[in-house]
Amino acid sequence: MHVLTDYFQFWSEKYASILDYMTEHMIISFTVIIITVFVTVPLGIYMTKLKNEKIKGLMFHIANIFQTIPTIALLAIMIPILGIGFTPAVVALFLYSLLPLLRNTYAGMQSVDPEIIEAAKGMGFGTFERLFKIELPMALPYVMSGIRVTSVYIISWTTLAALIGAGGLGDLVLAGIGYNDKFMIFTGTILAIMIAIFLDFILGKMEKKLSKV
Amino acid sequence: MIELKNIDKVYEDGFQALKNINIAFEDGKINVLIGPSGCGKTTTMKLINRLVDYTDGQILFDGENIKQMNPIELRRKIGFVIQNIGLFPHMTIYNNVATVPKLLRWDRQKIRARVKELLHMVNLDPKTYMNRYPSELSGGQKQRIGVIRALAAEPSTILMDEPFSALDPISREQLQDELIRLQREINKTIIFVTHDMDEALKIADQIILMKDGHIVQKGTPQEILENPANDFVKEFIGEKRLGRRELPALAELIRTPFISTLDDSSTEHAIEQMLKHQVATIPVMEKNGKYVGTVNLYDALSNKDKQLTDLLDPSVIPINEIDKTEDVLRHMKQGKDTIPVLSSDQNMIGLLDQTKLFHVLHEMTGGECGVK
Repeated sequence: MHVLTDYFQFWSEKYASILDYMTEHMIISFTVIIITVFVTVPLGIYMTKLKNEKIKGLMFHIANIFQTIPTIALLAIMIPILGIGFTPAVVALFLYSLLPLLRNTYAGMQSVDPEIIEAAKGMGFGTFERLFKIELPMALPYVMSGIRVTSVYIISWTTLAALIGAGGLGDLVLAGIGYNDKFMIFTGTILAIMIAIFLDFILGKMEKKLSKV
Repeated sequence: MIELKNIDKVYEDGFQALKNINIAFEDGKINVLIGPSGCGKTTTMKLINRLVDYTDGQILFDGENIKQMNPIELRRKIGFVIQNIGLFPHMTIYNNVATVPKLLRWDRQKIRARVKELLHMVNLDPKTYMNRYPSELSGGQKQRIGVIRALAAEPSTILMDEPFSALDPISREQLQDELIRLQREINKTIIFVTHDMDEALKIADQIILMKDGHIVQKGTPQEILENPANDFVKEFIGEKRLGRRELPALAELIRTPFISTLDDSSTEHAIEQMLKHQVATIPVMEKNGKYVGTVNLYDALSNKDKQLTDLLDPSVIPINEIDKTEDVLRHMKQGKDTIPVLSSDQNMIGLLDQTKLFHVLHEMTGGECGVK
């Protein structure tokens, strides 16, 4: 019982700064998610239309390389280039999340039955009509699951962004390590998990709604 | 009317897919492109809505060169049914059928009425099916939707690429029948690709038989069956189908032995013979085998006292063994159950075996056709 009352005490004293950390965390994560979706999904679609296999291969290789760099190292590399704080964190996390979503979008677009595409063409769909009414809706389950997985990753990786001074729940965890404060570590972790679960739930709802045209 | 004039298609690697294709697809007819796989039939069909481009030649759509038309507008004017149905799985049946009218920005009310009308046309209840998804339908139902989707915007021309090949034989038969019925109602120009000769013979007004990128023969099913251009055509049609279309020689249809009576025997005797063998007519011959005439039981019974030769039935006309079976068929409207067959010197050879003839006719007119 001691632990619970102590923890309650901890919250009532620190809730204002905990909420600040959480808000920071969410701002970084959501910025990265939004940028990633808006850059990667169109890129993935564009790549399926690309005839040149070499360029396609090269783009995947680049995305792959970012993925293989350890997260902490990628964040560290940003410091000499962009300094510390919000911007380098967002850039690093964006580069890091490029591959999973790119790959899913690409796979989703590739999964559309070529016969369906031919049927659409033959019925007189223009390129963009076909993309928005046929191909994208059919690729949507792949794209959405890509977005969901990537979002959960990003929220968890954002914890590391605290290392280059971007703030967020990582700060809480790091401080907890410094002060050897279990409550801080636990709170930082559990809140990051909760944001991830909550976002996954929202995106799941969105997916269901979007897949019904 | 769609005309393909001197069409050639050569791929970049030098492979010549189509060689000098000349076809006129007449309005309101079912035109079937047929041939073994890789013969260019689907390619030829896709030239028309510009899904495939040609290297040389000219295609006229109602007199207008299709290269001068906007491909998207052209495609919206032409219905398109593809091999594996190609319904959009993420759309309801309603939205699938309404696809082209929506692209053409028809009024909502008009689209709704049109979709309902089309569903009724293929006997699917709009209330039940409109809001279902393609995955909730059977193969035959899906293909019906595929067909009416192509009809939705009232195109004058419909392209169909092996639309029924994936169906079970029963559904296929049904849909072929429905297509023929629909064609009578709506009178479209249909260009239909298949590799199934039975299907082609059943539905086609014009058959275009292709091989290795060129046309081997074109004509009505009748013409192709009667005059196959070469051995390839014969082989492709199949000996079985060809055989059935040709009437057997008359010699094969003669029934011997037969009951007869001599011209000097009594009428009483002739009646006895007929009753004994349970026949209603009996041919009368001279001793040397010459045919005299035919007497029927009714006349014989009511004129027992008269000579046989006075009772000959003038309506029984004998046929000659060298007559063609086709000609014999034409004369058969007299409806007699006995038709004597004579040799050229008027000797009686036998009787026309009508049971056998009907059997042959039955086979030819589809008793067994159409079922694989």
